[in-house]
Amino acid sequence: MITDLPDTTTKDISKQLVRLRNQTGAVALGRVMTLIIVVDEAEADAAVEAAVHASRQHPSRIIALVSGTARGAGRLDAQVRVGNSAGGSEIVVLRMSGALTKHGASVVTPLLAADTPIVAWWPGAAQDVASSPIGRLARRRITDTSLAKDPRKALQRRRAEYADGDTDMAWARATRWRGLLATALDLPPFEPVTAVTVTGASDSASTDLLAGWLAARLKCPVRRAKSAPGTGLVHVRMERKSGPIELDRPDRRNGTLTQPGQPTRRLDLTRPGTAESLAEELSRLGADEVYREALVKGLPRVTNTRGR
Amino acid sequence: MSPARVARGINPLRQADDLRLPQIAGPCAVVMFGVTGDLARKKLLPAIYDLAGRGLLPPGFSLVGFARRDWDDATFAEIVREEVKAGARTPFREEAWRNLADGLRFVQGAFDDDAAFDELARTLEKLDAERGTDGNAAFYLSIPPGAFDTVCSQLDRAGLAAPDGDSWRRVVIEKPFGHDLASARELNATVERVFPADSIFRIDHYLGKETVQNLLALRFANQLFEPVWNSHYVDHVQITMAEDIGIAGRAGYYDGIGAARDVIQNHLLQLLALTAMEQPNSFGANELRAEKEKVLAAVRLPDDLATATARGQYTAGWQGSEKVIGYLDEDGIDPKSTTETYAALKLQVHTRRWAGVPFYLRTGKRLGKRVSEIAVVFKRAPHLPFADTATEELGQNAIVIRVQPDEGTTLRFGSKVPGAGSMEVRDVTMDFSYGSAFTESSPEAYERLILDVLLGEPPLFPRHEEVELSWRILDPVERFWARKGRPEEYESGSWGPSSAHELLARDGREWRLP
Repeated sequence: MITDLPDTTTKDISKQLVRLRNQTGAVALGRVMTLIIVVDEAEADAAVEAAVHASRQHPSRIIALVSGTARGAGRLDAQVRVGNSAGGSEIVVLRMSGALTKHGASVVTPLLAADTPIVAWWPGAAQDVASSPIGRLARRRITDTSLAKDPRKALQRRRAEYADGDTDMAWARATRWRGLLATALDLPPFEPVTAVTVTGASDSASTDLLAGWLAARLKCPVRRAKSAPGTGLVHVRMERKSGPIELDRPDRRNGTLTQPGQPTRRLDLTRPGTAESLAEELSRLGADEVYREALVKGLPRVTNTRGR
Repeated sequence: MSPARVARGINPLRQADDLRLPQIAGPCAVVMFGVTGDLARKKLLPAIYDLAGRGLLPPGFSLVGFARRDWDDATFAEIVREEVKAGARTPFREEAWRNLADGLRFVQGAFDDDAAFDELARTLEKLDAERGTDGNAAFYLSIPPGAFDTVCSQLDRAGLAAPDGDSWRRVVIEKPFGHDLASARELNATVERVFPADSIFRIDHYLGKETVQNLLALRFANQLFEPVWNSHYVDHVQITMAEDIGIAGRAGYYDGIGAARDVIQNHLLQLLALTAMEQPNSFGANELRAEKEKVLAAVRLPDDLATATARGQYTAGWQGSEKVIGYLDEDGIDPKSTTETYAALKLQVHTRRWAGVPFYLRTGKRLGKRVSEIAVVFKRAPHLPFADTATEELGQNAIVIRVQPDEGTTLRFGSKVPGAGSMEVRDVTMDFSYGSAFTESSPEAYERLILDVLLGEPPLFPRHEEVELSWRILDPVERFWARKGRPEEYESGSWGPSSAHELLARDGREWRLP
């Protein structure tokens, strides 16, 4: 069910939510969080769709805060969706214009679901994440540096401004790689890793974060090499006495794992979609210590090199 | 800067607080016996694909099917593909499938065929060399227990049961674990002769279900429930597993076994153990199993089995909107069969926590609907400061853990009926539904259990001691029933025979309508 509320107030939106809940009953069940999406008009639809998908695992009240033009009179347009079109969730899309665009936090406050954690997500560019008014409301703040104009610069900024609860979808995209590398070290021969090279696109924040993580954890020299933009994470090579462990994904889909004295193993390393990464982000609500370590401690230890 | 230390069990890339890092199984192969059977096709193969799709299987993972059919690897791959497409929970992705398909092998043969098992041994060796399965293999015996002996001996003879060096060999078996204490011991001896006890994984798929694991969270992670989880507050506990289907093609297995052996011995007594046990020191396998064993050892049958048990056999009737035949008319059933299709028991748990609190267990086929649940029913408030008429409609408070379908938890309590004038209290329910609060995509029980086998994580698998204790509880009942001739009849689509209702009525209680 989709209800449009043009030129409205938060009071009317709240009333409408209660009314819809009473009409459809089940919608009220099991909200586990409020997800605030801070987004502009161009990205709003894609972001809401990804959130609906992710909310099948984590039913939420989803509030999309869409900023329109800051000029003109303040105005609030809303759309409330529940039922089939909303997956497991209830969705409120708030379009703000005029002076209101500067007061998103005040607009969402009356609409937050009671007694549940608040998560904020910036699908596009984000500034002052933790210290912004929305960021201060949220327990967990999700950004996606890989979508920034200059992902590596954005990563440096995230690093400078890091606060507990910050997390990045570029980090979620490295999870599968991290799992495979960790599993490789679980098995004999048990030898320390003496050097690491991580290769990825010059605009791949996931590559930087993975390199940072390895540097922080393995306490050995880590080189970050560049491949063409758009290729994503391409290659990890961990040197050991008996020979290197190599994880390679030249085409963004199929990977191979190579270890000395063992046959090459093929595997599926398809890049996870936005909804999948968002679902991963939403399954933990505390501070991500491991991310902090990779970003804050690991990243400066990584040596950047030209080419492979 | 010296590099971080790496040793067995010490991995710098693993940290306790790295909750994202997935547990990916190490290199291994699964050999599936009975791969053409229903369970394998409908549940196991789709679960393996789902694990592969979620990236939880190791690179190079291989699956070997073993059956009598005259198939080659390609035919087998085609069959698996169809079953996966039909049964998998996660969407079918070509990349994920291709990587799984690369590791599919088929070995044709009968269980007593030496040559076939030698071929299996060669196949596994080749997989080690080609795909790097590192000598690790799990043998999934999705076959009748009568064949365990032959298969285990063959695995032993072909040198497949004993691992080399760092590798492992595990065996997975499904219920029934025997049909009484003696046969369970015999079965166990058969498997343990070949595999060490800690390499044997007994699958009770109920224990892989999210809600069953959530029972542990509900009890031990909350302050709200544990204080009242005892005989001071609990009146009684009902554990139900009702099926709407008949024996549907399982006549050969079911006749002579019956509801109690099929369901109570494993699923329901495991649920009882999890409901009644004390808090384990940790959720490690030994700690958890120790608590379950303690409580199972404290379970007693009442002295008079005639008033503490009930059994029945379904007759023709209407199962919902469908007309169905009676048990004795089913294909392959002896028309004089005394096998029960409904069984109910009253049990006591002789511990301080549960003194005087009866546990009622019931299971049956062709009942009103398909439902499994644990209901903890509380005593009435000791004093009700209302007029008698105000609380006429008020039942007992209850916490219900719904195992399937519609997994979740229900809390039942009294609430004022809205309206002017009078104070009137009636039952309302508050509902937590897994389906809506988490996971439309909650993993299937088999996914979790298969992954645990490959990871070597045993907490969710019952140990042989638990199986023995369960048979000790059930054996006297079976002996008693065996002397009593035919079970009572009940109409298909009803909630069981009248003796089952009398069983509770004698105690002044009644079965919940689940």
